[in-house]
Amino acid sequence: MLDQDLIQRTLAAALRTGGDLAEIFVEDKASSNAVLDDGKVEHLTSGRDRGAGIRVIVGDTTGFAHTADLTLAGLLEAAEAAAAAARSGGGGVREVALERQHAPRPHEVSVLPETVGKGEKVELLRRADAAARSAGAAISQVTARYGDSRRRILIANSDGLLTEDDQVRTLLSVMAVATGDTGMQTGYQSIGRTVGFELFDRYDVDQIGREAAERALLKLSARPAPSGTMPVVIGPGGGGVLFHEACGHGLEADLVAKGASVFAGRIGEQVADPRITLVDDGTMAEEWGAFAVDDEGSVAQRNVLIQDGILTDYMWDLLRARKEGRPRSGNGRRQSYKHLPMVRMTNTYVLAGPDDPEDIIASTPKGVYVAHLGGGQVNTATGDFVFGMTEAYLIEDGRITEPIREGNLIGNGPEVLASIDAVGNDFAMGSPGMCGKDGQGVPVGDGVPTLRVPALTVGGTA
Amino acid sequence: MTEAPTGPDLLDLATRVADQARPGEQVEAFVARSTSTTVRAYQGEVESLTQAATAGIGVRVVVDHREGFAYAGTLDEAAVQEALDEARDNARYAEPDEFNGLAEPDGVEPAPLDLWPKDLPEVPTAEKVGLALELERATTGRDPRVKGVRVAMYSDGLGEAAVATSTGIRVWDRSGTSYLMVQALATDDGETQIASGLSVGRELTDLSIDEAADDAVLRATRLLGAAKPATQRVTLVLEPRMTATVLGLVGGMLNGEAVLKGRSPFRDRVGEAIASPLLSFVDDPTDPRSLGADVYDGEGLARRRNELVRDGVLQGFLQNTYTGRRSGTASTGSAARGVSSTPGVAAVALAVTPGQGTHEELLAGVERGLLVTSMAGLHSGVNPVSGDFSVGVEGLMVRDGALAEPIREATIASTLQRLLLDIAAVGADLEWLPDGTGGVTLVIPDVTLSGS
Repeated sequence: MLDQDLIQRTLAAALRTGGDLAEIFVEDKASSNAVLDDGKVEHLTSGRDRGAGIRVIVGDTTGFAHTADLTLAGLLEAAEAAAAAARSGGGGVREVALERQHAPRPHEVSVLPETVGKGEKVELLRRADAAARSAGAAISQVTARYGDSRRRILIANSDGLLTEDDQVRTLLSVMAVATGDTGMQTGYQSIGRTVGFELFDRYDVDQIGREAAERALLKLSARPAPSGTMPVVIGPGGGGVLFHEACGHGLEADLVAKGASVFAGRIGEQVADPRITLVDDGTMAEEWGAFAVDDEGSVAQRNVLIQDGILTDYMWDLLRARKEGRPRSGNGRRQSYKHLPMVRMTNTYVLAGPDDPEDIIASTPKGVYVAHLGGGQVNTATGDFVFGMTEAYLIEDGRITEPIREGNLIGNGPEVLASIDAVGNDFAMGSPGMCGKDGQGVPVGDGVPTLRVPALTVGGTA
Repeated sequence: MTEAPTGPDLLDLATRVADQARPGEQVEAFVARSTSTTVRAYQGEVESLTQAATAGIGVRVVVDHREGFAYAGTLDEAAVQEALDEARDNARYAEPDEFNGLAEPDGVEPAPLDLWPKDLPEVPTAEKVGLALELERATTGRDPRVKGVRVAMYSDGLGEAAVATSTGIRVWDRSGTSYLMVQALATDDGETQIASGLSVGRELTDLSIDEAADDAVLRATRLLGAAKPATQRVTLVLEPRMTATVLGLVGGMLNGEAVLKGRSPFRDRVGEAIASPLLSFVDDPTDPRSLGADVYDGEGLARRRNELVRDGVLQGFLQNTYTGRRSGTASTGSAARGVSSTPGVAAVALAVTPGQGTHEELLAGVERGLLVTSMAGLHSGVNPVSGDFSVGVEGLMVRDGALAEPIREATIASTLQRLLLDIAAVGADLEWLPDGTGGVTLVIPDVTLSGS
């Protein structure tokens, strides 16, 4: 992506007035998107973003500058700005010897989306739209979105690291609106993987459209959600966001170090039911949060965060790992070359447990079954979280009965973790997600088996 | 760092692209450039200092009523040309829509606003660093329970944008803002609460360290000891910043795009009462008090004052050129966009018309209620199509007109339609928020608070 000599001269310039570490992150991202809405292919968008972010670390201070000018002059100017920002004291010249490292790719991409005609991408949207509309006369509106991106990155630093990655992601989503006597309801379904256009050899676009429509139709007849504290059973693949919010963020080392996490100082403690093992895994082939190297050049890893209920480790980026004198964990990520990396999750999931999912439901006299959770939010300092139910049902006398309308679930991460009293043997990954932290979004995946929380607050529907 | 033209040069570039329109083709270039400085302080040190310069161009081509779009995150000549070529190619694959077409000059005069902070570009970086460090010191020195911050930050941004079209639009403007933000961590008896405080303005002289620090400390400490409340019916008292949040949700439903596509619960309601007669609000980007103030919209039309609800009655919707044309009205100058997107529709300076009474006076009239100080789960708990509303809340209970114990881990459920109709009091305490919205205290009786 960038000539090795250019990289070396840039890093040397960044350290010209001293510093502990200099890093260059080069990104070239091409994306294409198409939207079909209201029965029409509205517009196609192509985008190209290319540039470099340069960071210089001096003690506890990071200086950062970025540029879209990848010529020597542009890079040197950014390097000097980053160095000046780090207020470096010392001085002296440092030679940077780079050693190219090849990280194993989690999987190969077989059809690069850039090689596929725009007409073919648009056709997918038409099929999804038609499938959704044919699911029922009450379907009044459909929005189908297609998106692909190819993000090539190069990371080099003054420790001698030089590595690259080529990340291809493809996504299709459908939102359907159903209109009935009770007003309008929405249903959403998506499929997204860190793969190319071969995604559509494996997943049926018609089915995505139908499922979105069926969810909207189902909610037309849904009852208002009850409110109050009750047992909540979460379906396989539908509730990974619970763990992402309820404990994942609290296990990010930057938040832990600042005392902004309820999990600070609790390594080695029993924080969850012994049936819970929580993993964050950037190597998970094809999943939405997978990559070969993170945005600081660390090779993706599978990290066990909670083993049999015991907190084993946090997630780490370069800065925190250096400070603690420990290895990084492949969790240093950034939205783009314009952003500083920080600790982020990849694919976060709970391993399958011992319980039969049918028994879990049958042994719940009264409660809520959540097939799909929507987005969520957590206050890492208190552990309090909120997330939405996008598809949920009542459980009455040990059986799943009527659908209920969307509402929020609210609870406290550490309390929920400790109280989970059933973990199914039916693990599944969930839908592709976008995780936001301090204004930066990165793609993430999640997964769970069926599990039961004996007491969660359901926000209800008015 | 990025070699990019400034001022009229930026307009020249946009014009050069628009002038390449072929017969039967409309071309629009939206060019933007910005610089920013962000300083994060932590434990008396500069944790990070970011100097950023970005520039980009978005090109829209309409031919035979088909629209294509492409953007480039740089202004180098080859990338600009590639964006134009790609936009042309993309247009071939979109379906024709008779209402597609670029904005045309509509005779509305731009508001005489000066949004450029003249002194800010000359402020040395060291002074900005000093503000962030001072903000951290001020926050941790105010209350023994506030033992630290998650971050204390100074940030500013200076931006300029030009729009040129082959239909005769030629505009350029620039603006800048700066802000201080601190997240305070309050700890007591093993429990930690985090809350943020802000001070926002254009010039550095608009910023107040005390305002940001006091706000963060008050918000973090007053929630210490919060417990889950019992499920009950309460009168909600929304702080001005919570009102602004709710107003933003309603503003999204008064968006011409949502209305046209049958996705707004208010779509057939113009001329009808959709809120309490006590409530009036506007989207007015020509009001210089709003940080959302703006001279031109994303399609280069002059921004204007749009009355949305007067005495509870819905007056109309916000439109861009496309939605205005298709709905048989006209653009309200509400096209919203960045370099990497086609123009959508959005409110930028929503503000409630102040009513009567101070925040304290409204609280004093509440027998049994909840002062809401934060809401969580808005992106999952509010359905913009149905109006269903179910969010997590934190705040302080109100008893006999006085603030009582803090609560957390509770939710409120209603619909936005119902909340608007049930408003029983609108305060006079207009407060401008960082997102450009102006909120006041609102009182809404008889809402379900779910706890244990």
